[in-house]
Amino acid sequence: MGVPKKDEYRAVDDFVGRILSRKNDRRSFLKGAVVTGSALALSGCGNGLPGMGEESVLAWQEFFKANYRLMTETEKRDTVTRLEKLARIRQGIDVRISTREPRENVLFGYGFNISRCEGYMDCVAACVKENNVDRRSKTQYIRIFEMEHGKMNVDAGDGKYFHEVPVDGHFYMGVQCFQCENPPCVKACPTKATWQEPDGIVVVDYDWCIGCRYCMAACPYWGRRFNWNDPEVPSSEITRRQHYLGNRMRSRGVMEKCTFCIQRSREGRNTACVEACPTGSRVFGNLLDPDSEIRFVLAHKKVFRMKEELGTEPKFWYFMD
Amino acid sequence: MDHSSQKGFFSFIIDAIRWNLSGGVGYWFFLLILAGFMGSGVYSYSVQFREGLSATGMNNIVSWGLYISNFTFLVGVAAAAVMLILPAYVFHDPDFHRVVIIGEGVAVGALVMCLSFITVDLGGPLKVWHLIPGIGLFNWPSSILAWDVIVLNGYLLLNTLVPCYILYCHYKGLPADERKYRPFVFLSIFWAVSIHMVTAFLYQGLPARPFWNNPLLGPRFLASAFAAGPALIALVLAVIDSTTSFKIDSKLFNKLRLIIVIAAVINLIMLFSEVFKEFYTQTHHSLSAVYLFFGLDGHDALVPWIWTAVAMNITATLVLALYPGGRPKVLLPALVLLFFGIWIEKGMGLIVPGLIPSPMGEVVDYSPTWVEINITLGILALGIFVVTWLIRPAIRVEERYETIRKSDVPV
Repeated sequence: MGVPKKDEYRAVDDFVGRILSRKNDRRSFLKGAVVTGSALALSGCGNGLPGMGEESVLAWQEFFKANYRLMTETEKRDTVTRLEKLARIRQGIDVRISTREPRENVLFGYGFNISRCEGYMDCVAACVKENNVDRRSKTQYIRIFEMEHGKMNVDAGDGKYFHEVPVDGHFYMGVQCFQCENPPCVKACPTKATWQEPDGIVVVDYDWCIGCRYCMAACPYWGRRFNWNDPEVPSSEITRRQHYLGNRMRSRGVMEKCTFCIQRSREGRNTACVEACPTGSRVFGNLLDPDSEIRFVLAHKKVFRMKEELGTEPKFWYFMD
Repeated sequence: MDHSSQKGFFSFIIDAIRWNLSGGVGYWFFLLILAGFMGSGVYSYSVQFREGLSATGMNNIVSWGLYISNFTFLVGVAAAAVMLILPAYVFHDPDFHRVVIIGEGVAVGALVMCLSFITVDLGGPLKVWHLIPGIGLFNWPSSILAWDVIVLNGYLLLNTLVPCYILYCHYKGLPADERKYRPFVFLSIFWAVSIHMVTAFLYQGLPARPFWNNPLLGPRFLASAFAAGPALIALVLAVIDSTTSFKIDSKLFNKLRLIIVIAAVINLIMLFSEVFKEFYTQTHHSLSAVYLFFGLDGHDALVPWIWTAVAMNITATLVLALYPGGRPKVLLPALVLLFFGIWIEKGMGLIVPGLIPSPMGEVVDYSPTWVEINITLGILALGIFVVTWLIRPAIRVEERYETIRKSDVPV
């Protein structure tokens, strides 16, 4: 492959520039929200009622905590301590919940090679394991659609195939949350329980979500999952390195979604799906780093995004070899 | 007489409760039935509260079901009170003026049901305080759902306070001061339109769902509301006319009939326009409509319902328009038919197909579980109970006030 042409880079830079300029607006807006929110007078809710067990006291304090974005550093530390204690009481395991902030000059993007994927679904299994997704309802963030050649719309694909892969005359298309730059779900949420982080990941504050499911109706990619029942993960299978906005245990009645494995990606690691993919069809990286693999894909491959006419600007590109 | 103007608000409330607790055997039997449904609703909700929303028939594809369907329809019923308020307060029509309080009572009942349906649909009902500005975080003006919270609660407030003030004055035997309540009446007229437009915008504003993402949705919501709502109010008036001493002039039924016919015809024209658009050039975006009217990939749970609804709508509209013989005997069944026709069409017939097929093209059927059905029936019973308890004392106060006024005139 040749050296990337200059104007190819410029096209990507333009895109990134557009995103960044929008980002500044959002930051200043956020600052306003923080000021308003400092009026929160919830800290006075005390240590629970007399006669409560430790678990109830912790759960009581958890109930009155603020939206994650309005928490001070101390409040974040406190809630993490409580959640870790609760995990010890409830699941009998030691978990470590991070609140690691986004890194400067990082905007995550994803590429999916539809000519390579052969539909093994190792990514799906790795994702379920990594993200502590409910086993009882068989929830999965990633869907792989088996598509007949000659068609490009997932509507025509089979998302429930259960047979040996790959099948002749077919290709495979993975779908998950596309971490849109213009996310309809964030706009829909009545309580600001879901938002886009500065590194481009759309996250949910599980403890702030009231479970109205409006975001789910607003998502054109079926990227969100709801906890219809109490999520169940065997204690031995729980991934213990967790992030507050990522794979920590959810509760019943809240929304969840793919977070580009925020607990991994913020530490500079690849997502579980990328790591698990046996065919190398998945590419993940920093869109702001001109030397990243994802930038190489954008500059050298023919890429497209799903339902681009909706203006959601997914940060998830499909490409072909 | 006991209608001295010294009586305070407290005795007004006590009297209202006292009147509601007195009634014949039939009334108590009626209350007992309502209590039965509410009780089974509360029990079923306890089951749902324990198990989570997995106790319902909803899933990740059909993520809104019976609750939100009923919510959507009942917002229309609440908004429809404006069809009485407008002629009563703005055009000073004496027939409407006499019954406007009943329309407002129905609106309050409908709003109580709406808010209850939203609450039981929430995954975390104990966390609703997250919505309260100040202690929570309110995503206004971005989220249409946030707008809906404002307009619904505001409308509930308007429709409680204005009638409450008027009734309280009449209870004391004094005329209500129109200068005091008139601004609120005008506000409530705009507000009624806004509750229904905002609720339509909830769906209309989602490009992810082509079935809803349709500029006709808002206007159609209004048209169907102004048919179904007054139909319900007319039925309530018929019940009042036959069970109490508060007699309703038959002229009023005819006026209501005209309103209903006009709204129903406009609704049918818009329905036809939608059907034409979906089926003349069937695009990929028409799949929800195909699912609704004909079934898709072997899934056809809604097909019998929607055709029943269409048949009911057309029959009822024809009967109401032609009004054969001018006899009220045909009027009432037609109103029932129209009300239920629109209920099906605008409830399940609007919400469920909007979610089918899923954005990834998957088709599943949705059918509510018993838990869901019991909760729904419980909330409907609650609404009927609220309407009953609002209207009974209201009628009593109004009747008494009418006699006072008559006896005062010659003096």
